[in-house]
Parts: sequence; C-alpha cells; structure tokens
Amino acid sequence: MTPSQFNVRQIIGKISLWFAVLVIVSPAILFFLWMVSLSLKFEVDNAAYPPVFIPEHFAWKNYADVVASNRFVTYFFNSLIVTGSATALALIVGVPAGYGIARMAAHKSAIVILIARITPGLSYLIPLFLLFQWLGLLGTLVPQIIIHLVVTVPIVIWIMIGYFETTPLELEEAALIDGATRWQVFRHVALPIAKPGIAVAFILAVIFSWNNFVFGIVLAGRETRTLPVAVYNMISFDQLSWGPLAAAALIVTLPVLLLTVFAQRQIVAGLTAGAVKGG
Amino acid sequence: MSALTQSAPGAAQSDAAPEKELRPPSYWPFVVPALVVVLAIIIFPWVFTIWMSLNEWKVGSPTTFVGVSNYLRLTTDPRFIESIGHTLVYTVLSVVLPLVFGTFAAVVFHQKFAGRGFLRGIFIMPMMATPVAIALVWTMMFHPQLGVLNYLLSLVGIPPQLWVFHPATVIPSLVLVETWQWTPLVMLIVLGGLAAIPTEPYESAQIDGANLWQVFRFITLPLIMPFLFIAGMIRMIDAVKSFDIIFAITQGGPGSASETINIYLYSVAFSYYDLGYGSAIAVVFFLLIVLLAAVMLYARQRMLWTEIASDA
Repeated sequence: MTPSQFNVRQIIGKISLWFAVLVIVSPAILFFLWMVSLSLKFEVDNAAYPPVFIPEHFAWKNYADVVASNRFVTYFFNSLIVTGSATALALIVGVPAGYGIARMAAHKSAIVILIARITPGLSYLIPLFLLFQWLGLLGTLVPQIIIHLVVTVPIVIWIMIGYFETTPLELEEAALIDGATRWQVFRHVALPIAKPGIAVAFILAVIFSWNNFVFGIVLAGRETRTLPVAVYNMISFDQLSWGPLAAAALIVTLPVLLLTVFAQRQIVAGLTAGAVKGG
Repeated sequence: MSALTQSAPGAAQSDAAPEKELRPPSYWPFVVPALVVVLAIIIFPWVFTIWMSLNEWKVGSPTTFVGVSNYLRLTTDPRFIESIGHTLVYTVLSVVLPLVFGTFAAVVFHQKFAGRGFLRGIFIMPMMATPVAIALVWTMMFHPQLGVLNYLLSLVGIPPQLWVFHPATVIPSLVLVETWQWTPLVMLIVLGGLAAIPTEPYESAQIDGANLWQVFRFITLPLIMPFLFIAGMIRMIDAVKSFDIIFAITQGGPGSASETINIYLYSVAFSYYDLGYGSAIAVVFFLLIVLLAAVMLYARQRMLWTEIASDA
C-alpha cells in the first residue's frame, strides 16, 4: 500500500466515523433543541405549518407564566422535599447496609434487591395505598416520601455493596487490631474512602426519585403533587397551549439534564455497575 | 439473578478467608435499619398483595375471602388477555431495537474522536430525562396536523401518519419513544464490554485481511455476547413494566390498542378501585416477568451449549 492510498483510506474512515457519530447523537440533540424551540414560541408559531424552528420573537413569557401559575412553586418544593427526604433516608440506611453486606459477603441478600428491581411499581402501590389510607396520611407528603424509598433504597444498597467490595480491607483490619469498634472503623475508615461511591448512589437516587411519576399520580392530592404529576395534569387541561406546556416540561427535567451533563462520569459508573433503575 | 450479580464489580473472594473469624454476627447492626425498611416497603407489600388477591376487595365495600376466583377471572377477561399480547409485542420490539442500535452506538463510541465525552453525555440524556416531560414533547411531535414528525416525513416524500392516534401504528410509535429513550443504556453496557476485549484478535484479523463486518461478526460480537445478554435482560424487565411513556402519551388508547398489562393493572386498581382483582393481576404480572427472564436465561444456556458442541 502506498502512503497516498493509506491517507485516502484514513480520510474515508474519519468521514464515515463522523457520519456515524452524527447519526447516533442527532435524535437526542434534535429532540432537545425542538423542545427548547417549542417552549420559546408563541401559539402562532407553534401552530404554523411548515413548522418554525427559530421564531422571530421569543416567547420568554411561557416560562414566566409557568413559574407564576398557581401552585407551581408549591409543586417544585414538593418534588424537592420528596426527593430530598427519600434520598437522605436511603443513604442513612443504605450505606451502612451496603457496607455490612459487602463485609459479610452476604451476596444472597442481593436477591431482595433483585425482586425489588423486577417488581412493577404499581404492585407496591396497591397495599401501601390502603395502608396510608388507614393511617390517615393521604393528604400529606409522607406517603410519597415512604414509597419513593422503594426506588432509592435498592439503588443505594446495590451501588454501595459494589463499592465497598472494591475498597481495601487492610486499613480496616489495622484499626480493628488497634481496638477500634466496628462502628468507629466504618465511620472513620470505610466511610471517608467511600465518598465517590456515595456520590454515585446519591446522584442516581436523586434522578430516579425526581423522575418518578407512577407513585405520584396515585398518592398525590391537589396540594401534594410533585412536578412530573403537575406537568401531566397540565396536558389534560391545557391541550392546546404548547408553548407553556413545553416550557413546564423543560423546567421539570432541567435539573436532571444538568446533573447528567455535569455528573456524567458518576452516572455512567453507577449505571454500568448495577444497571439499577427504580419503579 | 446471575446476570445482575455478574455485573456487580469484583466480588471480594480473595479477602474471604482472613476475615472469617471476625465476621458474623458483628456486621449485622449495619444491616438492620435497611432490613426494617425493606421488610416494610418491599416484603410487606408483597405478602399483603398475595393476601388481597385472594379476596374480593373493593374500596368502600366489605372484603370477602374468595380463594383463587380472582385468578380464574383473569383467564376469561378479554381485556387482560389482549393486554398480554400488547405487552409482548411492545417488549420484543423494545428489547431488539435498542440492542441493535445500542450495539452500533457502542462500536462507534469505542473509537477515539474529538468531543467524545461531551457527545456521550448528550447521547445518554434521553434516558435520564424525566419520562413524563419527554412524553409530553413526543405527543406534540406525533400530532397529525401540527407535529414535526409528519413534516419531516413529507420532506422525504412519505405521506403523513396518524402515529399514536391510530390502533395500527400506536405500539410502533410508542416503541420509537422507548427505543430513543433506552438505546443509551444498551450502549453503556456494551461499551463496558468492548473496553474489556483484548486487542490481539483484531491485530491478527487485520493481518488476515478481514473487512469491518467480518471483524464485527466473528470477533467483536461473540466477545460482547455476555454484555448483550445482560443488556437484553435489563431491557426486557424495563420494557415489560413500561408505564410512564405509555400512560402519559396514550393512556392505553386509542380504544385499548396500546393497553399493556401494567396500564390495565392501573385501571383496575386505581380507576375501578378493584384492589383484589388488581392484586391478582400484579401477582400474575410479576410471575410473567420472572418467566420471561427464565426463558432468556434458558435460551442463553442453550446457546452456550451449542457453541461448545460446535467447537468440539
């Protein structure tokens, strides 16, 4: 093969690689660009045919309308409280549990996590719905916080088992020989090393809890809706105003998209380690 | 089971021996709080669901024990039987298409090119984005008159479609969304597999003058098979249970053309508040998922045996 032939082949290879990359990423890019476009157009532009991609006038008021609309702020805080509490509780019980399971090498206990992974979210809802009704909790956020644990606890336990299995035992054994209790070893030796693993568990638990929809449509009342449920309810009442609807959808998913971009490494690590997904 | 444990990062087998005398029961206190939570939110609901499925249990009326009659009712419920068919079609398509596209994407992302990390971040956004928000925008894109998809079709001379508004095209349209959403997960898993492949087979293939397809077919594909299997298993579990996208876009319609088991389960339990019957559906649904997983494991086992047999 002469050098010039080699170059031609290299260039063709480069071009086809870039073409393949373009084909692969364009569905995602075009979708999100179109979402932004919809959210920034007045009704006239959204109803235009052929569709307008970049409008002459941006409808920033779509965003202002959504934020100002009744209860949007309430729903935002509901989401924040439910996701925050469910994630915090999951870390509190799940990180030590992952540690214990990893150190006891109790791999069979992972079967519970697996059952949780296979079970459809709705099958938790039927009994827990009745339970919350009996306890008179249905008007509050408590039922949603508790049921979101179904999503967050298995994620945290699963990721922490995997993480603690890779952390070195030598330091912990040395500390034990020096007379530290198991709790002290966990608190001062194992936990500091596990920070990256905890970050992965935290990020994934937040995302899957924030995105959860099915628990909310059953358990949330008018005052206790989380954002995904609130957005869904906008569809049924506001079928025709696409601009504000798309703006609302973008606001709801924006925190998650930002996390995806900035914490991509952790997300990839977590998903490929256990490929856990809740609900 | 094995699929998921295999994917867990390296079990600490080598550390098992010296740790033994220090081990149980001293680590139990770490596990107890989580055990209580798991018992309360996972085990208790399951036991209670099985009990409810044996009762006539409607919200607002007294409950009576009816034995297996809820299960017998399932066998003659045309809507349930129809929903099994919808679920299977939806699942098969939503496993196969992401596997094909995800493998292709993984092979591409395995190459080195400028901006790879950033583009990979963009590529996985569909799977992390809030499903309801995504579903809402897809609904607008599917709109027969104003939707951008029919406009795009018109550019290449294809007549406008009714997408999710016609019984014949609703499931393929929903599968399109599901594929768009979950191809990235397959890509990530297969990418992990590709990273573990040694380079020697590729070098000798290059010397032998194999073309790109041959290299993929006879070297890459067999080596990433275990990862494809894990991806397929996870995809199957998620596709069978798919709820948010279907519910937010069609609610099982038009008519009941896209009503899967999960959507029907929702209607029975939370539109008709027939909780006993709903529980029976939940139990059968769970068993069906386990059955599908078992069939996949069996097929994989058979494949391995025939591979070994043909090698001999």
